[in-house]
Amino acid sequence: MNRRARPGIARLQVARQLITTQYAYMLEYRAEIALWALSGVLPLIMLGVWQGSGAAQRAGLTQAQLSHYFVAAFLVRQFTVVWLIHVFEEDTLSGKLSPYLLQPLQPLWRYFAAHLAEQATRVPFVLLMLLGLALLNPSLLWLPSATQLLLGAAAIWSAFILRFLLQTLASMLCFWSERAAALDRLLLIPYLFLSGLVAPLETFPEPVRRLALATPFPAMVDFPARLLCGEPVDVAKGFAVIALWCLVLALPCRWLWCRGIRRYGAMGA
Amino acid sequence: MIQATALSKTYRVAEKQPGLQGTLRHLLRRRYRDVAAVQGVSFNIEPGEIVGFLGPNRAVKTTPLKMLSGLIHPTGGELSVAGHRPERRQSAFLEQITLVMGNKQQLIWDLPPLDSIRVNAAVYGIDDQEAKRRIDELAEMLELGEELHRPVRKLSLGQRMKAELLASLLHRPKVLFLDEPTLGLDVTAQARVREFLAAYNRRYGATILLTSHYMGDITALCERVLLIHQGELFHDGELEALTNRLAPQRQVRLELQQAYPREAFEGYGVVESHQEHQVLLLVERKQLTETVAALLNRFPVVDLEVNDPPIEELMRGLFRAAAAPEQA
Repeated sequence: MNRRARPGIARLQVARQLITTQYAYMLEYRAEIALWALSGVLPLIMLGVWQGSGAAQRAGLTQAQLSHYFVAAFLVRQFTVVWLIHVFEEDTLSGKLSPYLLQPLQPLWRYFAAHLAEQATRVPFVLLMLLGLALLNPSLLWLPSATQLLLGAAAIWSAFILRFLLQTLASMLCFWSERAAALDRLLLIPYLFLSGLVAPLETFPEPVRRLALATPFPAMVDFPARLLCGEPVDVAKGFAVIALWCLVLALPCRWLWCRGIRRYGAMGA
Repeated sequence: MIQATALSKTYRVAEKQPGLQGTLRHLLRRRYRDVAAVQGVSFNIEPGEIVGFLGPNRAVKTTPLKMLSGLIHPTGGELSVAGHRPERRQSAFLEQITLVMGNKQQLIWDLPPLDSIRVNAAVYGIDDQEAKRRIDELAEMLELGEELHRPVRKLSLGQRMKAELLASLLHRPKVLFLDEPTLGLDVTAQARVREFLAAYNRRYGATILLTSHYMGDITALCERVLLIHQGELFHDGELEALTNRLAPQRQVRLELQQAYPREAFEGYGVVESHQEHQVLLLVERKQLTETVAALLNRFPVVDLEVNDPPIEELMRGLFRAAAAPEQA
């Protein structure tokens, strides 16, 4: 029999071991992660576009509000990147999922830990990029209060969980289709336009803004970004919306997992 | 420990004809064919047994292992492994089994094996002290040392397989499913893995189910073999009994002092080959003793050898005979 640690401690040990091992693995690919971090500059490009157009001022945003919003959106984007569907698709098709299924741990936790480790690896590169921004134009940055920072970090992490669950839902289709990752490209369009990544939600026409708010996408960028840069937001409502969407997505994820796993052919294994 | 009753697995395979016409037909009206990998197979395996799975191809041999380990769901029949239904994949079941695949690895490629092994220890709830003790014990049995600290990609195939075994056995499973555990290993590494598996079986009384296309693995480890032929269980018993069943005759090789015509040997059995001083006869097992005695009595024999035909050859003959009508 296995000499077992107490259940709570055992779960912590699993989390610690998974994250530290994945962190060691991600460090092996630090150059690739630095490039990924660099590729996440879309909000900064959008800042340049919006600054020149004057449309933000017409929507009632000052220059500082606009730049702070896009820098915050840049940070949110950096720490909410999810690539689950691409690895899950490969693992399902090649049979790499099989060893994970043979252990008493839900395989999705491994992918979750890999994402957390990747975020940790990304931190120094993001800090360097912020330093670069500060040197180029100090007015782009601001010093958030401790509350803003804590709530902002919590909102970014919640947004990451929400994105992870959305992509888990799409990943479950890998059990039925060999090219489920194509769905991620389809999801990218509403994510880009409705999340607030390319434009603050205030600048949207009212019907489009209402439509966007009825989807989970604003919770993935707009809410954490506004919280981080000190814009007035309903904090409780923002977190409640994320929690609700997480629940809405988690239930079909579980349902699809239970059905999908029966279809898994363990091919290549 | 393991009970399978009327176990079946059918795969649905899409069929496509070549060419543009075939492609369009495949797109508009896809046709499927059901392929029965296993049908109505029943067997019981007792705790501590080492059993070999034999079959015409890898898919047939691997399918039962995948069902027994809970990776795939059977199409029909009942399965029980260590008191659990494998397809439910309950933690209490998963903690008692392991599946080692020669062509798939669980170790993280760019990190030393110890990193993956520590993750396994945490997943199975083994505390650090106990994990270290088990790693040391298994590493000694497998003759692994500083290899555990080198990235997996830098290890030889044999070292990697030994590290895979260590990672897979850390939780001391009671049932081992081994799918081609010596695939691609050199002769020395194959022998080492076989010795280790036999030692693990003796030390922990583990039940082992093994597939391998190296008959050396089967003959060295398995007291019992299950042969699946055309989806059905063709043989369940000792390897020797399978040989007897597939080859009711034995080979008698004679080396003679002088040459005799072929006809001189025809009354003793089937003359398989005849050269001047050497003759190869196939003799019915039941008549072997009296036939050998008669041969020694009549001919000036310099050397005599009695052999079973190689098991690989016998199985090839069986599978080829079954494939021939399908191809016709």
